[in-house]
Amino acid sequence: MEQKTKVSAEDGQHDLVITREFDLPVDLLFKAYTEAEFLEQWMGTKVLRLESKKHGSYQFETSDGKGNVAFKASGVIHEFNPNQKITKTFEMEGMPFGVQLEVYEFVQLTPDTSKLNMHVIYESVAQRDQVLKLPFAQGINMAHNRMQEILNKLK
Amino acid sequence: MLLVASQALTAGAIAANFDTARPTVSKHLQILTECELLEQKQTGREIYYQINAKNMKQVADFIEPFRQMWDDRFNKLEDIMKAHQSKK
Repeated sequence: MEQKTKVSAEDGQHDLVITREFDLPVDLLFKAYTEAEFLEQWMGTKVLRLESKKHGSYQFETSDGKGNVAFKASGVIHEFNPNQKITKTFEMEGMPFGVQLEVYEFVQLTPDTSKLNMHVIYESVAQRDQVLKLPFAQGINMAHNRMQEILNKLK
Repeated sequence: MLLVASQALTAGAIAANFDTARPTVSKHLQILTECELLEQKQTGREIYYQINAKNMKQVADFIEPFRQMWDDRFNKLEDIMKAHQSKK
């Protein structure tokens, strides 16, 4: 089966491309990115500020399951073209991943379907690879924690 | 990589598909073999190169959790916006 979400990250490059086709009209896909009410729901983050316009800025705050702030992210919007394109920066505060540049292209395929091309450019190859490894590392951590729990019960 | 995905080929046959000089292609094949992404198979006087499927899968697996994370987010986005659409 063909995967709906594709990630392309060439070895030794400091960028990556994520593409996805949606069963949504392009204006609804765009809305999911530009209105706090929707972004909060699908990103699972609290939107502190979201100025969806050229030179606007945004700030998110993500909490863990216990209500503690896990991380804050912020950035500035450089290009805002309704239902077509957004160019913005993204930075996770207090993390060693630097500032990344994100270029989002919203493409209408049919009146009911659309496609998102997300091009993310990092400061270095090492930073891109760290971000790529993050969910992989978290998965391993979770597996290790689970193993520890099971081993603790056996003691 | 695409060339050798379906069949084992000699270095000469692989080089014939590129505008690059033969020694450059040989160097690339050597590196990919050292990284164990390609494997060599000697048949008579010829050395054939073929993909090492096991290790190629490891490379893909490394990105898979990242892809999965975005796939989950996008599935959620689609569900939320569809619900919003039907409410209108």
